[in-house]
Amino acid sequence: MVGIVSYGAYIPIYRLSRDLPWLTWGGLPVGGERSVANFDEDSITMAVEAGNNCLQGFNREEIDGLFLASTTTPYKEKQCAGLVAEALDLKRNIRTADFTNSIRSATIALRAAMDAIAAGSANKVLVVATDCRIGMPSTEYEQAFGDGAAAILLSKTGLIATIDGCHTHYDDIMDLWRLDKDNYVRFWEDRFIVEHGYLNNTAEAVKALLKEQGLKPADITKAVLYTHDARRHQQVARNIGFDYKTQVQDSLFSNVGNTGAAYALMMLAGALEEAKTGDKLLLANYGDGADAFILNITDGIAKLSPRRGIKYHLDSKLALMSYDKYLRYRGILQGYTFWENQSAATISWRDRRWNINCRGGKCLVCGNINFPPQRICMYCQSKDQFEEVRLADRRGKLFTYSKDNLGPSLDSPIILCIIDFDDGGRFYAQMTDRDPEKIELEMPVELTFRWMHSERGIRNYYWKCRPLRGA
Amino acid sequence: MESIKDKVAIVGMGCSKFAEHWDRSAWDLVVEATTEALEDAGVALKDIQAAWSGTLGFAGGQSLAYPLKLDYIPIVRVENLCGTGLETIRGATYALIAKAYDLVLCVGFEKTKDRGVGGLGSGEPMGGVHPVFGIQATPPGRYAIAATRYFADYGAEKKHLAMISVKSHYNGARNPKAHLRREITLDQALNAPIIAWPLGLFDCCGVTDGAAAAILCRTEDAKKFRKDFITVKALGNAAGPGCGKMMTTYDWVHWEETYRATQQVYQQAGIKNPRKEIDIVECHDCFSIAELMCYEAMGFCEKGKAKYDIEAGTFALNGEVAFNAGGGLKSFGHPVGASGVREVYEIYKQIQGKAEEPSRQLKNVQLGIAHNQGGHPGTFMCSMGIFGVPGR
Repeated sequence: MVGIVSYGAYIPIYRLSRDLPWLTWGGLPVGGERSVANFDEDSITMAVEAGNNCLQGFNREEIDGLFLASTTTPYKEKQCAGLVAEALDLKRNIRTADFTNSIRSATIALRAAMDAIAAGSANKVLVVATDCRIGMPSTEYEQAFGDGAAAILLSKTGLIATIDGCHTHYDDIMDLWRLDKDNYVRFWEDRFIVEHGYLNNTAEAVKALLKEQGLKPADITKAVLYTHDARRHQQVARNIGFDYKTQVQDSLFSNVGNTGAAYALMMLAGALEEAKTGDKLLLANYGDGADAFILNITDGIAKLSPRRGIKYHLDSKLALMSYDKYLRYRGILQGYTFWENQSAATISWRDRRWNINCRGGKCLVCGNINFPPQRICMYCQSKDQFEEVRLADRRGKLFTYSKDNLGPSLDSPIILCIIDFDDGGRFYAQMTDRDPEKIELEMPVELTFRWMHSERGIRNYYWKCRPLRGA
Repeated sequence: MESIKDKVAIVGMGCSKFAEHWDRSAWDLVVEATTEALEDAGVALKDIQAAWSGTLGFAGGQSLAYPLKLDYIPIVRVENLCGTGLETIRGATYALIAKAYDLVLCVGFEKTKDRGVGGLGSGEPMGGVHPVFGIQATPPGRYAIAATRYFADYGAEKKHLAMISVKSHYNGARNPKAHLRREITLDQALNAPIIAWPLGLFDCCGVTDGAAAAILCRTEDAKKFRKDFITVKALGNAAGPGCGKMMTTYDWVHWEETYRATQQVYQQAGIKNPRKEIDIVECHDCFSIAELMCYEAMGFCEKGKAKYDIEAGTFALNGEVAFNAGGGLKSFGHPVGASGVREVYEIYKQIQGKAEEPSRQLKNVQLGIAHNQGGHPGTFMCSMGIFGVPGR
C-alpha cells in the first residue's frame, strides 16, 4: 500500500491585510489577511522550504523522485524540479518532473508518484506543490490569492497515512487561466465558474470516490477540500453532505488565501498535524477536473517528529505594512535601479555545489569549514584535502552586521551579515525576513534559499540568513 | 635583502584640484597634475624616460602616453585597487634602484563621475563579479559591519567616528585643492542621513575626480633638480588572502593587512615608536571607521583604545601626530588611482613647508606615512610607504 511518510509546508513570513488593496481600489472587501512571498521568494524558493521541512530527519540519499507542482514555475523552458532537487541536496540519479499549468497539478503529481511507487520503479518520492500567483490589481483575486508551498513524501513503508482510494476526472472549462505572456490570472464571471467549475466537479469526484469505497460522508473524520473562496468552502461541504463545523479541515482562506497549486496539499499538511491514528481523511482537489483521495491515518503518525508545517508558519509572521510594498515585491511597481549584477551560466554551473546545494568544504587536515569551498584550506593551507559538507540546515549566531541603505534592494536596507555556525564555519550573507529594528549581535539565525537577481533571463538563486523562524 | 631607504628621491610633484569635474576629462586632470610636477622639478616631458600610470578605470600604458603624447617610452599601467597610486611609486622606485632609468614619472588618476550614479560600485575586479556571492554589498555596507562589531567589543560609539570626520573636514576646509571644503560640527555628523548603519553621510569619503603626479630619480642625482627633495624610506605591500568574511578566526575589529604592511615599513625605515618618530600620517579614511582602526593597526595606540586618543585630539592638526592633515579621502576626496600619490604630495608639501594655507602648515615635518587599503574588510590589499627628509 502506498501512502504518506512525511509532510512539510511553508508560508512566507509576510501577511498583507486584505483591506490594504481594497482601500486603494474599492470594490468588494474580501476581509482577513493573505500571505505574501517576500521580494526574494518565488515558487522555487518556497518549494525548497517546504521540501526541506518535509525531509527533516529523513535520509536524502533514499529519495528517488521529486515531482514539482506549480502554475508559476519561473521558466517556461527549463525544468524547475531539478533546481529544487539540487537545493534539497538530493542525489543525482533520480526522477524529476514539473507538473504545471493546472491548479490541480499537485494531486496529478501525487497520483503519478503513487503509480511509480506501486509499480516498483521508485521507492520514495517527494511531491512538492508551490504557487505564487498574481491576481490582477483591483480584482478580488488579488485579495483572495495567497503564496505558499507544501510537500509530502510518499512510500510503501514507514507510513503515517495510507492512500486507499482515488478518483480522477478531467474537465475543460475557461474559469481561471493565463496565456503564455500573461502576468495576471484571467477569469470568467464568478457565478458561472464556481457553479459549473469548482462546485460541480468537486462534488462529482468526491461522491464517485465515496461510492466506490462504500463510504458515506459521515464516515470521514476530516475532509480536506480545495476551495475557490471562503463561502464556497461551506457550500461544497453542504452539497456533498459534510458537517462544515466538525468534518471540514480549515481552509486557511482567512489568514493565508488561495495558494493555487499548493492549496490542497497545504490544507492536507494542516490536517495531518491534527490527525490521530485511525482517522479517515478525504482529500479533494480541483482544477480542470478534480481528484479525490481517501487516506487512513496509521499509528506512524505519533512517531513522526514535529514538522514545520502549517501551525508553525501561521504563528510566525510579519505584517506587510503597505499595499505598495506588495506591489514592489511582486514586481508590479518597479523603481529605478542601477547595479552591476551579473549572470554567468558558466560560473553558476561550476559553483552549483555551493551556490545551490549549499555545500562547504570541511578540511580533512584541520577540520575547519571552508565556505565557499577552496582548493587551498584558508586555515591550514593544505591542498585539495576536503570533504563536502551540507551547510543549509546549520544554525548560527549573528557575529556582526550593517544596515545598508545605499545598496540596491527591493526591501532596503540590505542587512549584510557575518554569521558563525554553532557547529563550525562562517557564512557571509544578507539577512531576509527581518525587522531592521530588531537585529542584534549574537541573535540566532538560520539559512534560507532565495532568489538574488535576474539578469540576461537567468534567475540567480543563493542562500541568505534569517532570524531563526519561530524563535 | 637590501634596504631601499634613501636611495630614491622625489624631486617634483603635482596635484590637480580634486572635485566633481563634470566639465573635465581624465586626460585634462592628468595634464594638469603632470604639468605642475614637471614645473616643480624643472624638467620637460622629453626628459622622462619611463612612466607608471595608476588608474582603475583605464587600461594600458596608453592611458598616460595618449594624454601626455609621450614619445614611445616604456609605460606600464598599474592597478592594485585603492593602493594603485602608491604602487606606481613602488614600481618606479625599484626601476630606479636597478638603474634601468634615471628620471621617471608616476601619475595616479581617476574619473569617477562619468558613471551616471554615485558611489564606486561593487568594487569587484572586472570580470570577477560573481553572480551571487557577496553581491549587492556597497563599500559603506562592507565597512559598517566592522564598525558594528568594533562598537560592541570596545565600547566606541558613533560620536567617536563623528569626531574623526569633524577633524578631517576641519583640515580639508583649509586645503585649496580639497574636494569637500566645509567644516562640519559634531551634531551635523551625528544627525546626517544613515548610509549604511552605523555609518552616516559624514562617515563616508567623497567620490571625486582628480590626478596627482610625481617625478623621481636616484637620490645622488636629486640635487640637480632641487634642494628640498624628499626620499623614499620604505615601501610595503600586504595582500590579504581575502578570507575574513569566511574565517571564524577574523575578529572584525582590526585591519590585518594594514598591520602586516606596517610591520614591513617600520622594519625598513627603522621605526620603533611611531607616535614619537612619525610626524604626519595620510591614511586611507574612505570611511571614518577605517581611520579609527588604522590608529591601532599602525601602532599609534593600543587595540581598542582609539576612542581615548580621539577624545584627546591626539591625531588633530595640532595634536601629537597629524592624521590626514590634507583632509584625507574624507574631505580631500578619493579618485581611487590618484589617492596614494596625493597622500605623498601632502607629505612632500608639508616637509617643504609649502602647505599653501598657513593655518594648516605643520611644524618641522621630517617623516610621513602614506597608506591605502583597497578592497573591503576581510579582504584588503594594503599599500604603504614612508617618506621623509634625506638621512632622517
